[in-house]
Amino acid sequence: MDGVAPYVTADGRQIGGVLMDMRGITLRFGGVEAIKNISFDIREGEIRAIIGPNGAGKSSMLNVISGFYHPQDGEVWFRGEKRPPMKPYQVARLGIARTFQNIALFEGMSVLDNIMTGRLTHMKTGLLAQAIWKGKAEAEEVANREVVEKIIDFLEIQAIRKTPVGRLPYGLKKRVELARALAAEPKLLLLDEPMAGMNVEEKEDMSRFILDVNDEFGTTIALIEHDMGVVMDLSDRVVVMDYGRKIGDGTPDEVRNNQEVIDAYLGVAHE
Amino acid sequence: MHAPADGGPVTIPDLLARNVARHGTKPAYREKEFGIWQSWTWAQAAEQIDALAMGLLTLGADAGDHIAVSGRNRPALYWAMVAAQRIGCIPVPLYAEAAAEEIAYALDHCGARFAVVGDQEQVDKIADVRDGLTQLEHVIYLDGRGLRKYDHAAMTSYADVQKAGRASGLLDQVNARSAARTYDDTCVMLYTSGTTGRPKGVVLSNRNVIETSKNSAEFDHLRPDDEVLAYLPMAWVGDFIFSVGQAMWTAFCVNCPESAETMQLDLREIGPTYFFAPPRVFEQQLTNVMIRMEDAGRFKKWLFHRYMAVGRRVGPLLLDGKDVSTGDRLNYLLAKLLVIGPLKNTLGLSRVRVGYTAGEAIGPEIFDFYRALGINLKQLYGQTEATVFITQQPDGEVRSDTVGVPSPGVELKIAENGEVYYRSPGVFVEYYKNPESTASTKDAEGWVATGDAGFIEEGTGHLRIIDRAKDVGKMADGRLFAPKYVENKLKFYPNILEAVMFGANRAFCTAFINIDLTAVGNWAERNNIAYSSYQELSQHPRVLDMILGHVSEVNRSVAADPMLAGCQVHRFLVLHKELDADDGEMTRTRKVRRRIVKEKFHDLIAALYGGVPEIYTETEVTYEDGRKGKIKATLVICDAEVAEEQHKVAAE
Repeated sequence: MDGVAPYVTADGRQIGGVLMDMRGITLRFGGVEAIKNISFDIREGEIRAIIGPNGAGKSSMLNVISGFYHPQDGEVWFRGEKRPPMKPYQVARLGIARTFQNIALFEGMSVLDNIMTGRLTHMKTGLLAQAIWKGKAEAEEVANREVVEKIIDFLEIQAIRKTPVGRLPYGLKKRVELARALAAEPKLLLLDEPMAGMNVEEKEDMSRFILDVNDEFGTTIALIEHDMGVVMDLSDRVVVMDYGRKIGDGTPDEVRNNQEVIDAYLGVAHE
Repeated sequence: MHAPADGGPVTIPDLLARNVARHGTKPAYREKEFGIWQSWTWAQAAEQIDALAMGLLTLGADAGDHIAVSGRNRPALYWAMVAAQRIGCIPVPLYAEAAAEEIAYALDHCGARFAVVGDQEQVDKIADVRDGLTQLEHVIYLDGRGLRKYDHAAMTSYADVQKAGRASGLLDQVNARSAARTYDDTCVMLYTSGTTGRPKGVVLSNRNVIETSKNSAEFDHLRPDDEVLAYLPMAWVGDFIFSVGQAMWTAFCVNCPESAETMQLDLREIGPTYFFAPPRVFEQQLTNVMIRMEDAGRFKKWLFHRYMAVGRRVGPLLLDGKDVSTGDRLNYLLAKLLVIGPLKNTLGLSRVRVGYTAGEAIGPEIFDFYRALGINLKQLYGQTEATVFITQQPDGEVRSDTVGVPSPGVELKIAENGEVYYRSPGVFVEYYKNPESTASTKDAEGWVATGDAGFIEEGTGHLRIIDRAKDVGKMADGRLFAPKYVENKLKFYPNILEAVMFGANRAFCTAFINIDLTAVGNWAERNNIAYSSYQELSQHPRVLDMILGHVSEVNRSVAADPMLAGCQVHRFLVLHKELDADDGEMTRTRKVRRRIVKEKFHDLIAALYGGVPEIYTETEVTYEDGRKGKIKATLVICDAEVAEEQHKVAAE
């Protein structure tokens, strides 16, 4: 791995310094070690993938980043500061948003309302003011709605703005979930298997949106994904996990040629 | 034809100036963006147009240049067309969906130096072919998303061009260019879709566009407070006339949907008063309604059918201003309250005063459905070369089987072979850089051949189109043979997917029929008819009975037409396989290839004319994976009921 000097990628994106640094993370559930002393960093502006076979500890790692799990050992550094143990909502306020492996939307609410909930961390007026809905609360709602509408436009979901989420097909729900995460205007966006269960066309759409989000808003993205084609195409750097250990870390090319990774995960090529 | 003698408007920019003076603060354009309808008054639109016009001058646009415009319907792109006209340039709208090569052909053919496009998709398409386009200098884009890292040497955003224009102070020059334009200068150039051969650039003059817009707007009493939804391709002549010509002439408001997918929602929010749609849009709407009704509860279903029946009976009569009994009026009022009103609202058609459909034949049951709702849906017949209007139906004389009377200022004549010719103030100037085609389409006296065969109905003076002129033939006894006319009638039955008629140079007509597996399968299920294959279902006696009923009904309606009475189907058979593009029997766009069908099934045709009761046949088919196989079948030959022809009485 190279140092931390900012650089520009081949396709012209600016990669900055270290945004998030995971140092010697160990996570145990009772006697089971889900994550064993893993260190890696995520740099500003990059798309970072975490891959590995089922049960490798990828989702656990994402949950550590999002503050849902607290590691027994190790330190999480975010924007140059050591992060004390936090509740997920506190982490969200720091500018980390996520989507879930199993869609977690409010099924009975409209797409618009679902995405509006993503603005929650940006709302400052109190419950009472919002209930009375005058002055500051109203102005705040308008400003938030504007942000949400830009995201709706960006993800091309205008046609379903008022549709209850429960009536949408799976691929669109995934997109709505991405929209809600984006509504928080995160510094770091965590995507847990954004393409799981999608057909080729939906995967292509989602890939394009992920690249566009990174490109247009400069959002740093960490994603877990099984589709190797997608991972290799999208990401700047890849962390490979196996049985809770880190067995590889580097650019897609480096990872692809890493013998340990090939053996553990990608399979042995038959020549 | 007279030029406006009173120094009246001779160009679209003249009309714009007039609208600003008369209706400056009235909304001229709306577009839904970020979930809200944004609107621009005539004065604001004029300012936007001027800014772009000046910006184009700073880029070096010369008078007479062609400026290509491509993208989905958006106010800014309509303004780009008018801005081009402001500085003496000719706007050339292109189909946003066209493939890169097609765009390349048009850009090269008209020699466009500038292109104003909607978004990245259009920019990419032009970038793909740019190397071959020596004349294209600059691309102006509206939506910069995804374009940040593109090379901007020959590319500028719409807003930046306007900014440069506003800073330049070239308004006098713009006004001078505008003032120099005459009634006979080119207003717009539109490429025909080109189903046969290369697309042709149809040149329309200011006279063509303004006279046609004026005449047609007066015909339908269009008003400044009308609203239209602009959602059909901008490159299509109809959209140019509705959203630019007529909009400018009458000063009504043009509304652009948020995206292609939201059209139905936006339609509902805007509730246009003047609405145009090709038959497929109406078909789709009707299908959606019917499917949702199938899922509705018993009571709602009952209510729907009960009051739609009332609507079907009374609605069209009321629209035509005929006498209706008080009881029926009350009944219709109830229907409106309970079913029709809410349904129209859901469809976004509550306020439609004038609705048009054109382009292809519309099924009578679809047409009647909308008429039953009390929607004044009419048909028109037109062409790019005629600046749209050739014939249209006046209020109160609407029928599904005619295309109406000649539009104001249009003369019609029918040639020996049945081909329809027209002459009008809307007749195009020429095909750009194509004098041979111009000469073969338009004669010295200004008559233009439509390529369609038809006749003018006695008594009503309505034009009826029967077929493409080249497909119309003669039967053995010299009577007219118009296969498509009858095939369309057959295909209007949901059970019939496809029909192919034979009869040229024969004593009587026969037909092949394909059943629609979805519709007939559904019917079979409901009637407890078991079948194991398409082939078996197609030859089931009860299916044949049903088709026989349809054919006989069509015969009766054909017989009512003295000119076409010879085209009754005397014998038919139901094919054992669907006609398929993989087997070469159809084109990819699902048009029957008559010649190939005729060769491939020559044995079946012989049987139809040979008087046998059934025929055994083997047909080669291509499976989807490319393997070939044979299917064997014995087909029943059915005799249809032939109706007695109505002889003309009192034809004098």
